[in-house]
Order: sequence, then C-alpha cells, then structure tokens
Amino acid sequence: MSTHTLRSKRRRSALRTAAFMSPWLIGFTVFFAYPLISTVYFSFMKYDGFNSPVWNGLGNWSYVFSDYPMFWPSLRNTLWLVVIMVTCRVVFGLGIGMLITKIKTGTGIFRTLFYLPYLAPPVAATLAFVFLLNPGTGPVNTILGELGLPTPGWFNDPGWSKPALTLLAVWGIGDLMVIFMAALLDVPKEQYEAAELDGASAWHRFRYVTLPNISPIVMFAVVTGVISAMQYYSQPLVAGKVASGVIGGSGQQFEPGYPDKSTLTLPQLVYNLGFQRFDYGAACVVALVLFALAMAFTALLMRRRGGLIGSGD
Amino acid sequence: MTTLLGRPGSPTTTAPDAPDRTPAARAARRKALLHWIAVHSLGVAAALFFVLPFVFLFLTSVMSDHQALTRDLTPNSWEWGNYAKVFDTPGFLTWWKNTLLYAGLGTVLSVLSSIPVAYALAKFRFRGRQLSLMLVISMMMLPPQVIIIPMYLFWAKQLDLSGSLWPLIIPMAFGDAFSIFLLRQFLLTIPNEYLDAAKVDGCGEFRTLIRVVLPMAKPGIAAVALFQFFYAWNDYFGPQIYASENPAAWTLSYGLESFKGAHHTDWNLTMAATVLVMAPVILVFFFAQKAFVEGVTLTGVKG
Repeated sequence: MSTHTLRSKRRRSALRTAAFMSPWLIGFTVFFAYPLISTVYFSFMKYDGFNSPVWNGLGNWSYVFSDYPMFWPSLRNTLWLVVIMVTCRVVFGLGIGMLITKIKTGTGIFRTLFYLPYLAPPVAATLAFVFLLNPGTGPVNTILGELGLPTPGWFNDPGWSKPALTLLAVWGIGDLMVIFMAALLDVPKEQYEAAELDGASAWHRFRYVTLPNISPIVMFAVVTGVISAMQYYSQPLVAGKVASGVIGGSGQQFEPGYPDKSTLTLPQLVYNLGFQRFDYGAACVVALVLFALAMAFTALLMRRRGGLIGSGD
Repeated sequence: MTTLLGRPGSPTTTAPDAPDRTPAARAARRKALLHWIAVHSLGVAAALFFVLPFVFLFLTSVMSDHQALTRDLTPNSWEWGNYAKVFDTPGFLTWWKNTLLYAGLGTVLSVLSSIPVAYALAKFRFRGRQLSLMLVISMMMLPPQVIIIPMYLFWAKQLDLSGSLWPLIIPMAFGDAFSIFLLRQFLLTIPNEYLDAAKVDGCGEFRTLIRVVLPMAKPGIAAVALFQFFYAWNDYFGPQIYASENPAAWTLSYGLESFKGAHHTDWNLTMAATVLVMAPVILVFFFAQKAFVEGVTLTGVKG
C-alpha cells in the first residue's frame, strides 16, 4: 500500500471519529470547559450581574474563607455526612445485600420492596420524611412515645437534623443493595466450603472470604458515596425549608441551613451567594472548592481503573 | 446446601451420641429450618423499615383535614376526594406537563446524542480516547453547582431563556456524560466479531452501528433512557435555577415544595401530592425492572 492511500485512509478514520464524537465535543466545550474557565475568572471578580465585573484580586477568596459565616459550618456538616452518613449507607447496604442473598423464599418480592425507596423522587421522599418525623404529630414520634422511648425533634433540632437526613439516606439504599448483591453472588462457593471444612465461624468466613472478595466494590461504594455526600443538595435544602415553614415565593428569604446551619452543605452556599445575595464572585469561589473536592475523589476512583472504567481492549 | 446433606465430618454431624445418620440428619434439618426462620424474620423486619414510610404516607393522604393534624395513624374515613383536590390545585397539571416535556424530550435527545459517542469510545481506536473517557467521567462527577454561575449568565443574559426549561433540555442534545459512560460500558460487552462480520459484508461504521450494534444494545439503551428519565423527573436544582421565576415553567419536583407552602397545615393534601409524584416513577419501575437493575449493576461492577 502506498503512503498516499495510507494517509488518506488515516485521515478518513480521524474524520469518522470526529463525526461520531461531535455531539460530545460541542457539549464538552460549551457546557464544561467554557463555564469552568469562566468560573475561575469570576472568582477573582466583583460581579453582581448588573454592573460590569471589576477585578477584585483575592477579595472573594478571603471573604469566603474568613468572613462568610456559612462556609466553615457547611464544611463541618459535609465532614459529618462523609464520615457518618456514608458509613451507615455502606454498612447497611452491605447488610441488606447479604440478607437478600440468603433469603430463599419470596426473593423477588423482598428485593423489590428493599429497592423501591431508592426510586422515590428526592423532594417527595424528603417531604415524606419531614412529615413522618415531625416532632408533634408524626407517626415515628407517636410510636416512639407509645413505647416510652425519647422523642427527638428530628428536622427541627440542630443535633438531630443530620441523623434524620441519614435515616432518609439509609432508607434509599436500593442502589448499593443491587451492587453488593451482584458482588456477593460472584464470590466463589468453593472458598466458603473450604472455610467451613476448616471449622471457620460465620464471622471468620465473612472476614477472610467475603470481605477480601468484595473489597473493590466496597471501595467503589465508599468513594461514590463520598462524592455524592459532597454534592448533597435537594434533601437538606428541602428538609430545612419545609421544617422551618419558610418556603418559596419572592417575599420570604429562606436562610439555608435550618435549624441553626445544621443542614448547610457546600452546594447550598453557591445558591445562597449567587442567587440570593447576587455575589457571583464569592459563589464561584465556593464552586471551585466544591470542584477541587469532587475531582480529588474522582481521581481516586479512576486510579483503580479495573473497577470503574474497564480496558476496552 | 451442605447442612441439608449432613456431609460426614462437618461440625453439625459429629455429635458423639449420634450413632446412625437419622438423628444427625434431623438435627441438620432442624438447624436449616431455624436458619430459614432467622433469615426470613430479618427479611420481614427490613421490609417493614422500607415499606412503612410509604404506608403512613398513603394513610395520611386519605385522612380528613382535621384528622391529619392529630396523632392518629389510620384514617377514620377514607377521603379519596383529597386526590381530586390536589389535581384541582392551580398549576398542578402544568407541573405534570412540564415534567413530562423535560423528562421525555430530554431523554430522547440525550440517548440519541450519546449513542455515537459511546460507540466511538468503546470500539474505535484513536489518539486521545483514554483522555476523552477520563473527561467524560469528570463531567459525570461534576456537581452541577460548580459551573452554574456562568451557565446561568449564558442562558439568562445572553440567550434570554431563563423562566423556561430550555436551558435544561437543550444541553441534552450534546451528549450526556452519564449516558455516554453507561452505554460505553454496555457496548464493551458486545464482541468485536459481530462488528468485523458486518464490515466484511460491506457495512460502514454508521450502518454497523444502526444495523448490528443498536439491536444488540437494546437493554443498555433502555437502562440509560430510564436513568435519564428519572434524573429529569427528580431534578430539583435545575428547575430551581431556571424556572423558579416563572410558575408556568415549574416541574413537579419544584412545584411540590411550594405546594407544601400553599397548604401549610394540610399534611393530608401534601401527602396526596407526594404520592402522585412518586407513583409514576414506581409504575415505570415495575414495567422496566430488569433493565433498571441491570443498569445499576453496570455502573458499578462491569468493565
């Protein structure tokens, strides 16, 4: 084959690739690269959307880190969610996944029932939980009261609002259940039989056979859990709004984080700064903090390529 | 089931006072039965945890206005009229229409635009493929709030499209990162031999994609379409940013919250509206359970 035809063939294949990739190439440029660069630019500008942007140096950055009263509380909340909510979800999801592999009668029904809450639209599920957990007349406190147990203030008590959100998150465990179930069924049966012959206890079988086999999936669940905990938005915001009784409308301004900043998360700050205070510069600073955190954990996911990306060769 | 077979030498069958197999087998069977009971009791307890919120939600939705404010758990009289009242609420039908438009059109656009990209990433060899894949994953993991300020300025100030759902629908025509990733994972499982055979028969890449790959990728496409539909149905942040200023453009997820605001003390009506927002998603799930579960597994384990 002459070099000429080879080159034209190569060019044709490059054109073909570009054609197939074109929707995403445009999407990537317009809806990812451009706004990301623009966010960096605005983070150094004083801009309210009406007067033209003015250079502000590190002013927005120092405002967010040292003067904006919501930044550190929201970071502390995020840390709480990452440590406690993610752990609860993974442990409970693994437990339910193990349970479903042991259930032999009515497996299909159990699996569907366990999975269903995951599908509930977040705003609807949050509204439902604010009702279920409302301190006065909610069914949960009614039942707890009947049993003579303490009746917490849940979404109306700064000390209980994050546990209430955790309860909501644990309720929607369906995604993790399915992933763990698939992983558990892939553990070679011979390893369990061998362990049993050696007289290994149930705990030892879990510790030395199950766990090593499914550890990549546990890792995956933890990292994706951390990423979504940092992005946690609709549930804490809606819970705060509904529990406080301040909802929507242009008349009342809702100070996010009710009660007492205990449900603030970073994405809510972008909304608060950008769309309530019209301080686009400071909003972009918080956006970049969020970006850095999300990308750090995404890099962690991608480093373990086998589990997530696959080779394709 | 080793315990049921009572395999010799296993701990359950070596009781010293078991000279013949029968008592040992009986003991093993009893142990299996106890195990069955323990597992299924736990299963029922877990099922209650998952189902009871739905039950209380529904029971409250058919209570009378007065009873919904009490501690009662079950309705005295079943007020089905609550659901009619929800539908009569100004705006509720508009929210439905808008949600269907956003979810329906958004899904069609994102599936159509994501398929060729996913195919190229899965089956073509080209420089920058690995980099493109990493960028797709980065886009998938990007919290929408990170780029919302410039995006809002772009749609609102330059194109004057705020107060509508178009800023949420139009980007779907340019490949959705999550759909691309999921489809790519699925297309990897299609053996290259099928594609090679199509090429030997004289098909170009485009015809191969349409005639050979798409029919085989139906389960993957179904899963992606479902996820995309649910994403739009559930989206709260997008409509909050672009549609909040114009009630005619609200979606169910966004409107539901204001419904609670308008019916401040009427938990029964709010819960009826909540049931009506949850119901379609759950119905769709029952009809497409297999595709959905396959999709969830695909995101985590395959590769």
